[in-house]
Amino acid sequence: MFDLAFIWALLIAFAVLAYVLFDGFDLGIGILFPYFAAENERDDAMNSVAPVWDGNETWLVLGGGGLMAAFPLAYAVVLPALYAPITAMLLGLIFRGVAFEFRFRSTRRKLIWDWAFAVGSTVAAFAQGIALGALVQGIPVSGRAYAGGWWDWLTWFSILTGLALVIGYALLGATWLIWKTSGELQQKAYSLAWSTGLATLALIGIVSLIMPFLDPLFRQRWFSFPNIVYAAPVPILVGLAALMLLAGLGRRRERAPFFAAVALFVLSYLGLGISFYPYILPPSLTIWDAAAPAKSLEFLLVGAVVLIPLILAYTAWSYWIFRGKVGASAGYH
Amino acid sequence: MEGFDALTLARLQFAFTVSFHIVFPAFTIGLASYLAVLEALWLFTGRAVFLAVFNYWKKIFAISFGMGVVSGIVMSYQFGTNWSVFADKTGPILGPLMGYEVMSAFFLEAGFLGVMLFGMDRVGKGLHCFATVMVAVGTFLSAFWILAANSWMQTPAGHTTNAAGQFVPADWWAIIFNPSFPYRLVHMVLAAYLTTAFVVGGVGAYHLLRDRGNDSARLMFSMAMWMAALVAPLQVVAGDLHGLNTLAHQPAKIAAMEGHWETQAGQPLILVGWPSMAAETTYYTVELPKAGSLILTHDWNGTVKGLKAWPPQERPNATVLFWSFRVMVGIGVLMVLIGVWSLLARYRRQLTASVALLRFAVLMSPAGFIAVLAGWITTEVGRQPYTVYGLLRTAQSQSPIAAAAVASSLLAFIVVYFAAFGAGTFYILRLMRHQPQLDEPDIEKGVPQRAAGITPLSGLADVAASTQK
Repeated sequence: MFDLAFIWALLIAFAVLAYVLFDGFDLGIGILFPYFAAENERDDAMNSVAPVWDGNETWLVLGGGGLMAAFPLAYAVVLPALYAPITAMLLGLIFRGVAFEFRFRSTRRKLIWDWAFAVGSTVAAFAQGIALGALVQGIPVSGRAYAGGWWDWLTWFSILTGLALVIGYALLGATWLIWKTSGELQQKAYSLAWSTGLATLALIGIVSLIMPFLDPLFRQRWFSFPNIVYAAPVPILVGLAALMLLAGLGRRRERAPFFAAVALFVLSYLGLGISFYPYILPPSLTIWDAAAPAKSLEFLLVGAVVLIPLILAYTAWSYWIFRGKVGASAGYH
Repeated sequence: MEGFDALTLARLQFAFTVSFHIVFPAFTIGLASYLAVLEALWLFTGRAVFLAVFNYWKKIFAISFGMGVVSGIVMSYQFGTNWSVFADKTGPILGPLMGYEVMSAFFLEAGFLGVMLFGMDRVGKGLHCFATVMVAVGTFLSAFWILAANSWMQTPAGHTTNAAGQFVPADWWAIIFNPSFPYRLVHMVLAAYLTTAFVVGGVGAYHLLRDRGNDSARLMFSMAMWMAALVAPLQVVAGDLHGLNTLAHQPAKIAAMEGHWETQAGQPLILVGWPSMAAETTYYTVELPKAGSLILTHDWNGTVKGLKAWPPQERPNATVLFWSFRVMVGIGVLMVLIGVWSLLARYRRQLTASVALLRFAVLMSPAGFIAVLAGWITTEVGRQPYTVYGLLRTAQSQSPIAAAAVASSLLAFIVVYFAAFGAGTFYILRLMRHQPQLDEPDIEKGVPQRAAGITPLSGLADVAASTQK
């Protein structure tokens, strides 16, 4: 018999990772927006994600909806625990989402929507990073409810992870723009990718060093034998991805930096997964504590098995349709 | 008035955010289908006017769809932030329904939306039309799943409970096709179609009043009036059947909607009045004797329960329900009326000649939104005091959250929604004021999506000029 809770943990983890990668680069473009020249550069930057941002953000809804379906107890505990950051994220996403349409409709207020896009993206990214930090630090549970205070999420560590995610998303955005644009905007994206890349690597290092001291569980997971053997490839691969990023930027490659940045995110995420498992909310709830009954998990799994490959297929098709450089000067034809 | 405790605030926040949200899907479900029909007609007939009207409404669709997406994300997280006990208990049932909504509907809409909005020159007509149809199918599937979830909360079926107090699935077919679902689905989808039809018809009429020769405006108006003539009467029938279904499963809701307090044979139909929850009576009534029983039981002397049949803590608020229901029905009657009027005008071959009819259509353009909101207020307030009808009380559904936190988030949502969606409404109205042209552009010049490499070769010079300034 399959372990349905485990399969669903993988699926939810996949949905969240897909969200982080897909929306990561378009949030990153929002974060970097103020650095671009007001007219053409901002138009091109936004156009590089305009046809796909809706789909990117849908992974967030799948993460939330899937969590409620597969791990309702975790959903019911974590959202009250992160009430303020989640609300801030939602409000940020509203501003940046509507900015896509409004910016091009507005004649005199374009600048306002530029800022709505930038601030909204940054707030959403920062709030997600804070949520991540709060999760790492642990969510106390009593009975079937959150048992901590309303400001527990606010610590220097969660601020650090918030900052790390903002800068990490900015790196994804910058490397995406290297791929999708040309000319001055691409030059700007290269230099932004350098600074955000170095900062991201530094922050990954700092957070990785702090984590083992936060919880003995993490320490044991990473440093006890034989775990250390299984876990060791992760930091080694992080090192390789970092080299690939820096070499790609140094040699002015157009695609390698983006995929190196994606690799950094995937590996960091994998590292978190290794730290968390089998907890969905450390140190209180394991995936089996929080899992919905088998009948719920089976029912939705049938749909997921059929629909998620289909979703990935037409998402890939849509990206393929809008392949190539953005901007008339790039000579797409 | 009781103070604003956390429960009241959480309810206000949900009511506020969901009311704002429903406006967008109600419009985009209908508009997506309308766009698909227009594009298909253009493909089959080759007539330019269909493409012109398609391009006109596509821009409006883009804005309202964007607002629907971002206001919808809020809903999918609010179950957890403000209603965590509800989320824990109903997650095993409602979670998979919403999971299916995301996987079968949201991704379909979002995945094909980009191609529909920006891809005409990249994929060719046939594939583009396919993308438009997929967006329309997505909006319908979304309605299917979310209405299944809502209907289960109204008329729960197919579940048992486990030791942790959660509702757990026993029979998925019974959960999805719960007793009120087919009625609610038909009623809401027709409502969405009518909402869109009246917006389209109102915009067409507005431009016809300025220029009777505008073919695009004439097409909009004519198609919308066909919808009013054909679908509005259907909606009356669907609404009546939905009402009878509610009487069978949620009789207290019907009693509150009708302002009935006593259980009796030959209930009057109260046309207007003021139900008072405190005094347990309906003041200032104007009523038709026995007509209430006739409508609800199809028998002059049928017995219909009054609200006093339930203890006070089990009664939904009749003052609200009585009036929200009448607003919805009143608008429905007006919709049927304008449909009949348009048929007469059409029969005399003077559909666009009557200034009075055109003005009426302009006035009616927001009618669908008001009716949809009034209808949802009726069904949701009528579900009270429960979230899962008869099984889980609203007061026992909320998160253990301090009133101050809920108050702050409510305030933030109010400010942000009015700012963001107010601006969006302004942009939509401005697009609607723009006179439809026969060569309506795909996306206007200077709007940079066009410069994003999707310009046909002939337009390159143009774009190069506009991007090099």
